[in-house]
Amino acid sequence: MATMRYLQAIRLAITQEMERDPNVFICGEDVGQYQGTYRVTEGLLQKFGPMRVVDTPISEIGIAGLATGSAMAGLRPVAEFMTWSFALEAMDQLVNHAAKITYMSGGRIHCPVVFRGPAGVGTQLSAQHSQSMESWYAHTPGFKVVMPYTPADAHGLLKQAIRDDSPVIFMEHAGLYGTQGDVPDDPDHVVEFGKAVVRRKGKDCTLIGYSRGVHMCLRAAETLASEGIECEVIDLRTIVPLDMDTVVESVCKTHRAVVAQEEWRNVSVGSEIAARIYEMAFDQMDAPVERIAGADVPMPYAKNLERAAIPTDSDVVAAVKRTLA
Amino acid sequence: MAKTVAERSSEDDIQRQQLTELYRLMVLIRRFEESVYQKFHEAKIGGYLHRYDGQEALVAGVIPQLQLPGDYILCTYRDHAHALACGTSPGAVMAELMGRATGCAGGKGGSMHLIDPEHGFLGGDGIVGGPVPVSLGVGFAIKYRGSKNVCVCYFGDGAMNQGGVHEAFNMVGLYKLPVLYILENNQFAMGTSVSRSTAQPDFVKKAEAHGIRGEQVDGMDLLIVREAANRALDHIRTTGEPYFLELNCYRYVGHGIGDDNTKGWQTYRTEDEVSEWKLRDPIAKLRDTMEARGYLTPEQAEKIDKQVLEEVHASIVFAESSPEPALDSLYDHVYS
Ligand SMILES: Cc1ncc(C[n+]2csc(CCOP(=O)(O)OP(=O)(O)O)c2C)c(N)n1
Ligand SMILES: [Mg+2]
Repeated sequence: MATMRYLQAIRLAITQEMERDPNVFICGEDVGQYQGTYRVTEGLLQKFGPMRVVDTPISEIGIAGLATGSAMAGLRPVAEFMTWSFALEAMDQLVNHAAKITYMSGGRIHCPVVFRGPAGVGTQLSAQHSQSMESWYAHTPGFKVVMPYTPADAHGLLKQAIRDDSPVIFMEHAGLYGTQGDVPDDPDHVVEFGKAVVRRKGKDCTLIGYSRGVHMCLRAAETLASEGIECEVIDLRTIVPLDMDTVVESVCKTHRAVVAQEEWRNVSVGSEIAARIYEMAFDQMDAPVERIAGADVPMPYAKNLERAAIPTDSDVVAAVKRTLA
Repeated sequence: MAKTVAERSSEDDIQRQQLTELYRLMVLIRRFEESVYQKFHEAKIGGYLHRYDGQEALVAGVIPQLQLPGDYILCTYRDHAHALACGTSPGAVMAELMGRATGCAGGKGGSMHLIDPEHGFLGGDGIVGGPVPVSLGVGFAIKYRGSKNVCVCYFGDGAMNQGGVHEAFNMVGLYKLPVLYILENNQFAMGTSVSRSTAQPDFVKKAEAHGIRGEQVDGMDLLIVREAANRALDHIRTTGEPYFLELNCYRYVGHGIGDDNTKGWQTYRTEDEVSEWKLRDPIAKLRDTMEARGYLTPEQAEKIDKQVLEEVHASIVFAESSPEPALDSLYDHVYS
C-alpha cells in the first residue's frame, strides 16, 4: 500500500496502463506541456512523449472525435475534458457516436475509449462551470458511468475503465483531488464495475451515495451515530452498471433509504435508485425513499445562495430522521 | 478648404476630451483589476477570475465608439473591462464579483457572467467560443428589425478552434449580418500558444473564408484600435455586412487566478517575454502620445489616477456594504 492523493492515484493508473499497453494514449487541453489544468497529468509528456500525450486545441468535438475514431481503429485513448461542463460541446460525438457504434455495427466494432475529467459542484464557479450531469450519460445506453470516491477506487476503477472494451465515462470530483488514501501496490489492481461497497455498517437506515456524495453520507452517519441511529453507507462506485443487489440487501435490513447526490434532483440518479428500490423491495420499505440532491437551479455564484443550492450532510441527517419519524 | 484656427482648436478640444475619457477608462480598468486581485486574496471574491491587464485598448478603442443602448456587446469570461466600458457602474461590477444583491446580476452570475442589458451588454460567457453563435442571433435580430445597429462580439484566439465559431461565421457571412468580431489575440489559450494550437494562424483568412471582411490590427495602441473600430463600424452600418478585427495583444498576468497562484504560466512563457510586451503598454503609450500633443500634463495624469483610485475604492465600499442576495431568491429567475 502507498498513501497518495486522489489525483495522484489517477495519474498512477494512467501511467501504469500506458506502460502496460502501447495502444493507450491520452489527449486533451493542456494535458502535456502545461502539465494538466489540475496537474493530474503532470510529468506524463516528459515520460511518454508527444505521440502518446497529445495536447489539443480547445476543440471538444475534436477531442471526442480523436478518441472515438482512434478507439474504433484499435487504440485505447484516455481523453480528458478539462471539466465535464465542456463535454457538452462534444455531446454528439459522445452520445451519437461513441456510445452507439458497437450496437449499430451489430457488435462488429468496439470503442474502448475512456472520457475522463473533473465534475462536481462548488467553489463559486457558478452556472456554467459548477454542475454535475452524470445522469445525462447514465441515461444513454452504451456508456458505463464511473464515479469514484476514494483514491484506491479512482486507481482501480480507472485501470478497469482503460481495459474495458466499451466507452467509459469516468467522472472525477475536483473537490476530492486533494483527499488522501491508501492505494494497493499491485500494478494489476483493478476494481470491477457494478460492485458497490459498504463503507459503514448499520441497521436503521441505508444511505446511498457515490463520488463526494459518499462523504456526505459518512459524515451524516457519524452525526446520527452519536444520537444512537445506525446508518449503513453504500458507495455505488459505478452508476452504470448499477449494483442494486447490494442496495436491496441493505434496505431489506434497514427498511429505509436515503440517496445523496450533488446533481440536480429532477430525473436523476437518485430518481432511478428510488424507482428500483420500489420495484425490487417495495414491501420492505417502512418509509418513502428520500432523495438529497442539488437544488434544481443553475448554480448561483453568491456564496450564501450556492450554499443553499448544494446538499450537505445535515440535509442527509434531516432526511434520515424523516424516514424514522 | 483649409481649416480656420478656431476650427482646428475646437477639433483639438474634442480630441483632447475624447482621449482623456479613453485614457481614464483604461486606467480605471487597470486599477479595477488590480484591486479585484487583492479582494480575491482577501477571500471577498470567489470562483474563477480572469483579468484584462494589458488588453485595455481592445475595449477602450471599441466600446466607446458604439451607440449604447442600441448596439449590443457579447464577450468572454474575461469581462470586467467590457462591463466598465459599457457604462455599468464600478460599484455594480464589484458587487457582482463579491456576490452581493446589488451586483449587476444580483449576485447570481459572478465574475464570468457580468451583464447589463440596459447598456447593451448581453453578458460575459464562461464557455470558450460560446458567445459567437449567440452573436449570430443578435445580428439576425438587428437585421430583422431593420435598424442600423451593430453587435460586437469579443472572443479569444483559443476560441477560434471551436467548431461552433465556424458554423456561426459561415451563417453570419451567408446572411450578411451586422456583427463586428473582435478577436482578442493575447497569444495564449491558457497554457497553449497560438502556434501550438492552430494549423493556420492567419485568423483573418479564416474570417474571409466565411465571407467576412477582416484585418489584423495592433491591439496595444488605442489610437490604432479606435481607428480600425470606426472603419469597421462604418462598413457594417453602411453595408449591413459583418467585419472581423484580429487585435494583437498580451495578457500580463496568468490566465486566471489559479494560473497566477501556481505560477503555471512559467510552463508556457518567460518573464522576459512578459516584460518585453509591457514595454508596449497601451496606457503608457496613450499617455506619451497625449503628452506629446499637449493634451495631457503629468499633473493631469496624476489627478486622473487619483480620481480613478477613489472611484475604485468607492466601488469596494459600496460592494462590501451591500447585502448578500436574499436566500429565498434561490429559485427566482429559473424561468421568466
Ligand atoms: C468549451 C470550453 N472548453 C474549455 C474551457 C476552459 N477554458 C477557459 S478559458 C480557456 C482558454 C481560452 O483561451 P482564449 O480563447 O484564447 O481566451 P483568453 O482566455 O486568452 O482570453 C479554456 C481552455 C471552457 N471554458 N470552455
Ligand atoms: Mg487567448
